[in-house]
Amino acid sequence: MPTITEKQALLVEEFEFFEEWMDKYNHIIEMGKALPPFEVADKNEDLLVQGCQSKVWLKAEKQGNQVRFFADADAIIAKGIVAILIDVFDNQPAVEIAAADLGFLEDIGLKDHLSPTRANGLMSMIKQMKFYALAFSSAN
Amino acid sequence: MSYDVQAIREQFPILHQQIHGRPLVYLDNAATAQKPLAVIEAITHYYTKDNANVHRGVHTLSQRSTDAMEAVRADVCAHINAREVAEIIFTRGITDSINTVAFGMEAVIEPHHNVVITALEHHSNIVPWQMLCERTGATLRYIPMNDKGELDLSTLNALVDEHTAMVAFNHISNALGTINPVKTILARAKAVGAWTLVDGAQSGPHAKVDVQDWDVDFFTLSSHKMYGPTGLGVLYGKRERLEALPPYQGGGEMIATVTLEKSTYAAIPHKFEAGTPHIEGIIGFGAALKYINSVGLEAIAAHESALLEYATKTLSSIDGFRIIGTAANKASVLSFLVEGTHPYDLGVLLDQQGIAVRTGQHCTQPIMDQFCIAGTARASFAMYNTFEEIDLFKAALERAVTMLR
Repeated sequence: MPTITEKQALLVEEFEFFEEWMDKYNHIIEMGKALPPFEVADKNEDLLVQGCQSKVWLKAEKQGNQVRFFADADAIIAKGIVAILIDVFDNQPAVEIAAADLGFLEDIGLKDHLSPTRANGLMSMIKQMKFYALAFSSAN
Repeated sequence: MSYDVQAIREQFPILHQQIHGRPLVYLDNAATAQKPLAVIEAITHYYTKDNANVHRGVHTLSQRSTDAMEAVRADVCAHINAREVAEIIFTRGITDSINTVAFGMEAVIEPHHNVVITALEHHSNIVPWQMLCERTGATLRYIPMNDKGELDLSTLNALVDEHTAMVAFNHISNALGTINPVKTILARAKAVGAWTLVDGAQSGPHAKVDVQDWDVDFFTLSSHKMYGPTGLGVLYGKRERLEALPPYQGGGEMIATVTLEKSTYAAIPHKFEAGTPHIEGIIGFGAALKYINSVGLEAIAAHESALLEYATKTLSSIDGFRIIGTAANKASVLSFLVEGTHPYDLGVLLDQQGIAVRTGQHCTQPIMDQFCIAGTARASFAMYNTFEEIDLFKAALERAVTMLR
């Protein structure tokens, strides 16, 4: 299993393959489409990520020391963005998620490329994932 | 003379740029319109030559600033055919204009009264009335709309009754483009002695309004939607109505005398213009008005309605394209959804291709709720948009839809 750092490097490499932002967006959309669908029952207020322009639901489960993440969104680009984060964080140790530095978002250029409201949404997703991880690691 | 859209485009420097490597196609005009050189130059001239505070001091610059600002008041008066310049109040925007009236009406409204608005309003023409009703115990009523986004006037006579204190509604809907039957609604309001307010946010840049012909009590305009600067609105009010309302804000400029015990208020319009006004904005707005009138509102409206017709026709060929708001009488607003896509996603992918549209609820949550949708994408056209731009928009939309499905 690659580490969080290795996962980030892989994603940077993956995105470097596309020169045009339309193609990068296409890749984000494909990642969103590939994310397993959420149980309808889980699409409730409690799992909604606050601060996103579209609706994004995020769920986390603890499996041993690792954290599993599940997400869905009503807009596919938002779903693609959360899929990127899941790609990095899923199945990783809770303590490492809580402490992770996500420099790859700048390397990909995603952070700069998003509108301010969407960038806020991205930060809210990361905050929520780290919050889950922190809760799981301190519960030990 | 034929409509020379290229000559008009030359006057808007902002349009000549690339966004993400593509030519900018600006279709978010219902949110704010771009500014012609005449406006930019008027503001530059003001700060280069004339800047001073108005209505005080005897020095030359102050007099020039005051004269320039008051000349615009006279221009606005003539533009909407008000009886006198004192009936033209400069505000911070339409939200401020409506709040000024709604706040002031607390002095004349009683618990048995009702206020009637419509299901088609912008939040700025809903919330001030909700607040007024909460403070006074009056009731807020809504004229409903049908599935096309047209007002259902079958209930008008029942809703607007002898207890109606105010009927407030927009001339043109920002979210759907519906042009409302102003005179029919005003006639009913007048028959029961209710006050009336028409919100001209969307009609200002498209239609000529004669407030005396309408015999409306209050009318509002937004500078930035009429190719002028942001932060400036107009409140027109009949003299007798404005005199009956207490001022909304206290401060400088709006007083006649001030002692530590009590102040007396200035006459209209100054009673409602507390503080230093948005002088630069007013002067810029004056230039915008002159520019609009030099092109001609009728010519602009004809061009925009041709654009709307072309866009409606050409975009409808996209599989799953659905227009929200299909009123028979419509201004140049195209609110839409495409099956299997989310409006936010469309907005992002259109932006990547240089196309600026609005996505979301357009500050009209109740309208979106009635259609059971979370929001729409909205293209809105202005005097400088072209048929070629609509073709670019269509191609970009098709590409976005293909990617998203």
